[in-house]
Amino acid sequence: MKKTGAQILCESLIAEGVDVMFGFPGGVLLPFYDTLPQYPQIRHILVRHEQGAAHAADGYARATGRVGVCMATSGPGATNLVTGIANAYLDSVPMVAITGQVVREQIGKDAFQEIDITGITLPITKHSYVAMDTAHLAKIVHEAFYIARTGRPGPVLIDIPKDVFTDQAELTVPSRVELPGYKIPSQGHPAQLKNAAKLINEAKKPLIIAGRGVIISGASAALREFAEKAQVPVITTLLGIGCFPENHALSYGMAGMHGTGYANKALESCDLLIAIGMRFDDRVTGKISAFVPHAKIIHIDLDPAEIGKNVPVDIPIVGDVKPVLLSLQKLVENNSRISWLQQLDEWRQQHPMLDIKDGDKLLPQRIIREIYEATNGDAIVVTGVGQHQMWTAQHYFFDKPDTFISSGGLGTMGFGLPAAMGAKVGKPDKIVWCIDGDGSIQMTIQELATLVQDDIAVKIAIINNGYLGMVRQWQDLFYKKNYVATPLTCPDFVKIAEAYCMAGITVTKREEIRPAIDQAMAHEGPFLVNFMVEPEENVYPMVPPGESNVNFLEQPKKEVSAWQRRSTP
Amino acid sequence: MATQKHTLVALVNDKPGVLNRVVSLFRRRGFNIDSIAVGHSEVQHLSRVTIIVNGTTYTVEQVRKQLDKLIDVVKIFDITSEKNTTRELALVKVKATSATRSEILEIADIFRANIVDVASDTLTIEITGDEDKIESMLKLLKTFGIKEIARTGRVAMIRGTLGAPPPDDKPVRSRVKRENA
Repeated sequence: MKKTGAQILCESLIAEGVDVMFGFPGGVLLPFYDTLPQYPQIRHILVRHEQGAAHAADGYARATGRVGVCMATSGPGATNLVTGIANAYLDSVPMVAITGQVVREQIGKDAFQEIDITGITLPITKHSYVAMDTAHLAKIVHEAFYIARTGRPGPVLIDIPKDVFTDQAELTVPSRVELPGYKIPSQGHPAQLKNAAKLINEAKKPLIIAGRGVIISGASAALREFAEKAQVPVITTLLGIGCFPENHALSYGMAGMHGTGYANKALESCDLLIAIGMRFDDRVTGKISAFVPHAKIIHIDLDPAEIGKNVPVDIPIVGDVKPVLLSLQKLVENNSRISWLQQLDEWRQQHPMLDIKDGDKLLPQRIIREIYEATNGDAIVVTGVGQHQMWTAQHYFFDKPDTFISSGGLGTMGFGLPAAMGAKVGKPDKIVWCIDGDGSIQMTIQELATLVQDDIAVKIAIINNGYLGMVRQWQDLFYKKNYVATPLTCPDFVKIAEAYCMAGITVTKREEIRPAIDQAMAHEGPFLVNFMVEPEENVYPMVPPGESNVNFLEQPKKEVSAWQRRSTP
Repeated sequence: MATQKHTLVALVNDKPGVLNRVVSLFRRRGFNIDSIAVGHSEVQHLSRVTIIVNGTTYTVEQVRKQLDKLIDVVKIFDITSEKNTTRELALVKVKATSATRSEILEIADIFRANIVDVASDTLTIEITGDEDKIESMLKLLKTFGIKEIARTGRVAMIRGTLGAPPPDDKPVRSRVKRENA
């Protein structure tokens, strides 16, 4: 029996296990939306802006490990997806973005709302399709999902002309994918694994730096076993947070521009760096010529193009992180490395950078810490981009993968709220906190309406300092406090929440922090807490741009109080 | 690191937009393509692209790896260090008078080039060869006045029986179970 393209698309999505999609309709998508109610298995969430759809699909994908799906109409709808697609591309998030297109005979004629979206997204998609024939649609969808989720995940775009939705064809279920040009690297070369194990066994001061690749590969347990057996300390990148329990004795936090001082000191003095599922971003390496000056480097990554891209590597291991770590674990010897670990602990004592200033001021760090305490470290925490993001990375302690969701590579302000929405939809039983800045959240604040309409119970903490805080911090430290274009006149966010028929509360005093957090979590639906924090608080430690990691700036010491680290689980 | 000319040979899917994907990667990494030639290969549905590009071994290797990630690029290899044959075809329209015509014909003869068109005041010459040969002939013809040049860009092939490896006969296959997980 023949089916319409719209029916074929719906059935293909269901065959891929899609139960939710984030979208926004438009002229050329009308045949699809007309058909959608025939398939109640697919929950469609109407966003308020297409960027929100892409970020929501992104947040959904990161929280669940499944492919996120977003949809937009042709022209402006499609271009509004671009930021979200780029964000997913840079952070290797599996996503399928579907765009409507004008009817086939109008393509190339600058028709109303026509845009060459496959051309625009060429450098920010893993692959893309224009479905020019209804008969090919099922095959394209199957391939798109396969490409999005396998290998190094990434966004795949499918552009579908309006009349392909209405044309009819037989639905032939594709049983397999034949992509001779698509290579998924193997388990790692045995000889290189042996060489790596030899280096690890011989190293006096080895260090693991783990990235998002560990999370994508589902290799957290393998990493832990490997690190424990060889007694190698572990630091992470921003997106690697959660891949190794931060309360573990071998965990030394995040490295890089706002990383812990001891992680950056460890990088400076290690004699072997084992880089796992990370890509030597400049925010991690600092000044590249001064990066790990005394170390040999073993680089484990699925993507051969990442090997040697930014940093020359001594032993490249191209393969999926999990099987590679499982094999390496068998090859390395038990070790103790007492003096190296003692050295690191000493640095941890000397640079207690994760401690918070005393006093009555409403400090953002304390808010994050109290959200951590209130949620027992068990929430999914999604952030925007800016100071609040770094404070969250520093002061919330993540023990599990897929619980810290943040825009790393692209640094997309406005990511937080829609991504939190997607995460909550994907993991409805989890508490999802969106920690956002007053600048960041205003880029996508209209999604509050989506939270209310679809009753998505995201808890929002706005770290409201009345500035574009991270830019202001740079102006403070490197541009003589010339605060240009950074002071913000913000709306009353609680009134904004109320206008969207949503509950909210403003916090101005230190003692109100915890009650407000508890109130937010006790509330049934979405809830917004507007924290009016100390306006000119800076994120420390900080490696000045272009500097070596070891030259980090520290918080003025006299104001700091000690914070007791939780013991190893 | 010293730059040198690299010869990349790629087998790509013969589909709309594929050349765009290949070329835009060069743009993104800041490479100026010296020459590019595209045509059918011995395999149906696959085109063969020969790209000549200037760069250090390190940067060209980076581009090669990035190109290899494109799903429409089935195979790509850098044959610079191999013994290979490269050829290019050029059509050259030269000004010719009754006084110079025979001299031009003589030059064409030396280079084993063909005359493909004769008009009252021009001659069109077809020459095939490596870059040096074509450049040498053009240098000689310059004195007569060149009106037009059309060059194909180089195509290349490794010498001997050991050619470029054929595309994998084992395509990537998805698990039979079609789950989104």
